[in-house]
Amino acid sequence: MSKLHVTTKVNGDTVEFLCDPRETLLDVLRDRLGLTGAKEGCGTGDCGACSVTVDGRLVCSCLMLGAEAEGKEIATVEGIAEGGALHPLQKKFIEYAALQCGICTPGILVAAKNLLEKTPDPTEEQVRYWLAGNLCRCTGYDKIIRAVMDTAAEMREAS
Amino acid sequence: MQYHRPATFEDAVTLAAGAQGVTRFLAGGTDVLVQMRSDIVTPDTLIDIKAIPGTHDITRQEDGGWRIGVAVTGAEMREHAELDRDWPGLVEAMDLIGSTQVQGRATLTGNLCNASPAADSVPAMIAAGVTATITGPDGSRTAPVEEIPAGPGKTSLARGEMITALHVPPRGTGGGDAYLRFIPRTEMDIAVVGCGVNLVVEGDTITHARVTLGAVAPTAVLVHAAEDALVGRTLDEEALTALADLAEASCNPIDDKRGTIRFRTHVAGVLARRAAKIAYDRAKGAAK
Ligand SMILES: Cc1cc2nc3c(=O)[nH]c(=O)nc-3n(C[C@H](O)[C@H](O)[C@H](O)COP(=O)(O)OP(=O)(O)OC[C@H]3O[C@@H](n4cnc5c(N)ncnc54)[C@H](O)[C@@H]3O)c2cc1C
Ligand code: FES
Ligand code: FES
Repeated sequence: MSKLHVTTKVNGDTVEFLCDPRETLLDVLRDRLGLTGAKEGCGTGDCGACSVTVDGRLVCSCLMLGAEAEGKEIATVEGIAEGGALHPLQKKFIEYAALQCGICTPGILVAAKNLLEKTPDPTEEQVRYWLAGNLCRCTGYDKIIRAVMDTAAEMREAS
Repeated sequence: MQYHRPATFEDAVTLAAGAQGVTRFLAGGTDVLVQMRSDIVTPDTLIDIKAIPGTHDITRQEDGGWRIGVAVTGAEMREHAELDRDWPGLVEAMDLIGSTQVQGRATLTGNLCNASPAADSVPAMIAAGVTATITGPDGSRTAPVEEIPAGPGKTSLARGEMITALHVPPRGTGGGDAYLRFIPRTEMDIAVVGCGVNLVVEGDTITHARVTLGAVAPTAVLVHAAEDALVGRTLDEEALTALADLAEASCNPIDDKRGTIRFRTHVAGVLARRAAKIAYDRAKGAAK
């Protein structure tokens, strides 16, 4: 099977890779680009552990082919911190203990950041619906929701 | 598997018509990739339609209707305030599909052509009177969307044919639509029953009615008799009861772990009542 040549941007950097047509964007990120932040929980769009944004739009990277990344701008959890400085969401997740095993955390951070960019002042209901496709088997969600709400409040004050 | 990204519909159709083995079009991929991953369907040829110009556009037509490109996502429909004002039922049906992440990719056309009996947008599209432009090696034709699903996982599209646009009719005045589904939880589940209602009123009197049901038969059901039962009346208790009875009588569901035949049939009547009330209020100009 001949491989496809793809040029895309990941977290602001132009990257090129060769991939099999059947490889998902998640496979490419993890196995070809060494970006193992996005996780594979299910591979079928149900858990959200593989969440990334593509041209600013939140998607499951397991439901997109690597080939479809051509010419796109991908953002993953690896791009959230600026250098050594954690993003406010990351700090709040630590402060609130909004993670235990951490498998769901990269996807939830990407999803929550995307929400706050569009909706800086969300209601709790909006946060819960927005994150309904991000499953967490450890925390019971409450700490995650509180961490996101508090980050939103803090970011509004700071801006 | 061969992956193609044609730049025109002509090229896409030529590829599809000439391909050997299993062919799939790739819109949002939220069905195609799941089926690949679960080894249900592994296409030999995958034709990505998203590089074709115009496929991402929602366009107001001269007659007041809408043209929806075949790569337009649920999220893009939800964010389109004017489309939502005209056809809130259609938009809410699409919006029920999957999570935020799935909304970022899933399309109306994909939901239609995947031909699941439980597809949420399909009853709403049929109620609204949506039509599809279908293009194949021999040219283009237009068909109402209800003619496209032919049974679970099957469509009436011939080899080499694809949908190139969906057309939503002009809303006009006094119109309102609604879609409701029953699922055992509030998000991320497959409809046990779905119901679409589209009404036009003059004052309090109904002048046009289309009622549809999903997940109660191999394909979405248009409750033909509902039109006669509702047109010329107001939506009073008698009309609602007649509608619920007709909805129940139109059901031919399966018994499975998600719902028994009896339960699905009962819920169809309940949802028809509730969706009709919402559509009626919207038609009478109630704020959404
Ligand atoms: C986690 C999750 C939750 C979901 N929840 C729901 C739900 O609640 N309700 C629901 O109804 N669905 C649900 N789905 C299913 C799916 O998201 C929808 O059916 C979606 O609308 C499919 O659109 P797509 O663009 O992703 O289609 P694709 O996967 O790209 O394509 C689906 C089918 O349509 C065909 N096709 C695509 N475009 C064309 C075209 N232009 N011409 C001809 N054929 C074409 C393809 O060949 C393929 O057979 C869910 C899926 C996931 C992963
Ligand atoms: S791995 Fe993509 S949604 Fe679960
Ligand atoms: S912290 Fe373990 S799944 Fe969320």
